Amino acid sequence: MIVDLPSTSTASVNRALVELRERGGAVALGRVLTLIIVTDDGEQAENAIEAANAASHEHPCRVLVLARGAKRAAARLDAQIRVGGDAGASEVLVLRMYGPLADQGASVVVPLLLPDAPVVAWWPGAAPKVPADDPVGRLAQRRITDAAAQRNPGRSLDATRRCYADGDTDLAWTRLTLWRGLLAAALDHPPHEDVDAAEVTGAGDSPSTELLAGWLRSCLNTRVRRVHAGAGGGISSVVLERPSGPVKLVRPDGRLGVLSQPGQPDRTVPLARRPVRDCLAEELRRLDPDEIYEAALHALPAVIGRGSTSGRKARS
Amino acid sequence: MTRREPGSAAGGRHNPLRDVRDKRLPRIAGPCGLTIFGVTGDLSRKKLMPAIYDLANRGLLPPGFAVTGFARRQWTHQDFGEMIRQAVTEHARTPFRQVVWDRLVEGVRFVPGTFDDDEAFDNLAATLADLDRVRGTSGNHAFYLAIPPSAFPVVCKQLARTGLAAQGDEYWRRVVIEKPFGHDLHSARELNQVVNDVFCEDSVFRIDHYLGKETVQNILAMRFANQLFDPIWNSNYVDHVQITMAEDIGLGGRAGYYDGIGAARDVIQNHLLQLLALTAMEDPVSFHPAALRGEKVKVLSATRPVGPLDETTARGQYTGGWQGSQQVVGLHEEAGFDPDSATETFAAITLEVGTRRWGGVPFFLRTGKRLGRRVTEIAVVFTRAPHLPFDDTMTEELGRNALVIRVQPDEGVTIRFGSKVPGTAMEVRDVTMDFNYGTSFTETSPDAYERLLLDVLHGEPSLFPVGQEVELSWQILDPVLAHWAAAGTPEPYPAGSWGPESADSMIARTGRVWRRP
Repeated sequence: MIVDLPSTSTASVNRALVELRERGGAVALGRVLTLIIVTDDGEQAENAIEAANAASHEHPCRVLVLARGAKRAAARLDAQIRVGGDAGASEVLVLRMYGPLADQGASVVVPLLLPDAPVVAWWPGAAPKVPADDPVGRLAQRRITDAAAQRNPGRSLDATRRCYADGDTDLAWTRLTLWRGLLAAALDHPPHEDVDAAEVTGAGDSPSTELLAGWLRSCLNTRVRRVHAGAGGGISSVVLERPSGPVKLVRPDGRLGVLSQPGQPDRTVPLARRPVRDCLAEELRRLDPDEIYEAALHALPAVIGRGSTSGRKARS
Repeated sequence: MTRREPGSAAGGRHNPLRDVRDKRLPRIAGPCGLTIFGVTGDLSRKKLMPAIYDLANRGLLPPGFAVTGFARRQWTHQDFGEMIRQAVTEHARTPFRQVVWDRLVEGVRFVPGTFDDDEAFDNLAATLADLDRVRGTSGNHAFYLAIPPSAFPVVCKQLARTGLAAQGDEYWRRVVIEKPFGHDLHSARELNQVVNDVFCEDSVFRIDHYLGKETVQNILAMRFANQLFDPIWNSNYVDHVQITMAEDIGLGGRAGYYDGIGAARDVIQNHLLQLLALTAMEDPVSFHPAALRGEKVKVLSATRPVGPLDETTARGQYTGGWQGSQQVVGLHEEAGFDPDSATETFAAITLEVGTRRWGGVPFFLRTGKRLGRRVTEIAVVFTRAPHLPFDDTMTEELGRNALVIRVQPDEGVTIRFGSKVPGTAMEVRDVTMDFNYGTSFTETSPDAYERLLLDVLHGEPSLFPVGQEVELSWQILDPVLAHWAAAGTPEPYPAGSWGPESADSMIARTGRVWRRP
């Protein structure tokens, strides 16, 4: 069900929510968190809502979409409430803010946060410079950004590294989970040798490739080289050098990965880029600080061959 | 370096890429294969194969995973692959993805033969050795016996003869068995003996799929992660506990299997006693498998039936009638069922747990087929407040406080307590406070078999009852079964009701009533 509340106030939105609950049953009970999506009005907002709806099947939540409309207008709030089939297992409030109100997202959401439940903020597009200092970011225990959606992903990673605060996380990091899982599983089994060196190859504009290199650097404490492939396509291969021979995980076509280890047959494994909904569901699963991500970020400057401007900057 | 178990990240040398703080890292099983005996059965088609696919789809199976089927069919690998594909498209939880399927089907093999056919098992051994070579399963194999227990001895012997059951330092072999684990203490011991002759207890995984359910694992979380419940979780505050597993289906096609087994052996011995153990156990010092199982064994060893069994137990057989909107036949009219059978389709027993925590608190367990609706729940019913500062008329509608763990369907927890009725008079009536695990969470939460299969491949035994638990469960149930066998017949009850009258009287004699689930 979709209820439109044009030119409204947060108090009326709250009243409408209670009314909907009384009429339609306990739709708003049992929500485990509030997810604030900060976006510009338009297609991006809808895509983000769709991903949040899918993720809500695992984490029933109240989704507050802060859609920034035209700034040169009178202050106005248009709200739309979606519950039931139109909102997955969540309830979605789309809040379109115009004029001076467009910059007051934090004030708008405060009366609409679920009592006692954790707050997660997500910027599907352009992220604030320091998410933890952003007014909406300050309300949240967890702040999700996406380095791949920034104009200069490499530089944005370095910026994130410098201003990292507990609770920050990045979808570019979430997209890596399967890669990391496969690599870790490959080292679970004999021979248990040290990794002497590692090499990560990926597109020049792929922040996931950088983070994977950073992660390996932080865990292995050895030489990790980042090699640039052409633009687009994300990560294309990882090689872990060991005395008995290299462990390789290669993804030439962006869909299938091939894992090869000395003395064992090559094994293929589906390894496509993860859709945003999966990444978001994984992000919502954990609300504590991700120390591993922090370590991977801080290891970035020690990665050899980060050829972008960001790399030079980091070393200087 | 001590002998380690491949597949468990914790064992042996530290893997630099693993970190306990890294909670995202998926638990991908190590290289391994699964061999299924009895691939043509319902269990394989409806549960196992979909679970294998769902695991693959979630990226939790190792690259190069292999599935080998063994059955008395003249099938090729492709035929078997096609059968799995059908099972997957019909029953899998996650959407069908060609790219995942293509990888999975590369590792599918079929070996035709009967259990007493030496050649077929030699063939199986050769097939698995070949998989080690071309798929890289590294000698790690789990054998799933989805077959009747009567076939266990011959299959185990064959596995031992062909060396498939032999453990090595660098690889593992595991066996997975399903209920029934025997039909009484004696036969359970024999069965354990047969299996343990070939596989050591550490590599035997007994599936009780209830333990793979999220809601059942949530019992532990609820009891031991909260401060709220533990202080009242004892005989000072708990009046009694009811554990119910009701099915709305009849015997249908399972008549042959069910005759002579009955509800108590089929459900109480395994599922309900496991639920009782989780509800009544003391807190384990850690969630280490040994600690958890130790507590379960302890509480089961303290549990015994309350006498006189004539009055504290009940059993029944359903008769024809209307179940909801559907007219159904009675047990004796079911096809393939002996009309004179004394097999019970409803069983209820009273147990006591002889510990300081539970002394004097009866545990009522009931299960049945063709009951009012399909439901499994644990109801912890509390004592009344020792003093009520109200007039009698004010609390006429006040019942006992209760905490109900709804295991399935509509998973969740309900707390029932008294509340003032709005109005000028002081009147107290029962209301409920609901935590709904089910409607929102389970849509994408894994099936019990997914969880349990993955645990087998990881060698993680926490959710599998050990042989000792099975034997203790029989020890609890055997006196009741002996009593029933000695005298009387099951009492008829109409389909769609909540069981025979004797079930009501067995609980009414202590001044209590069954909750209507």
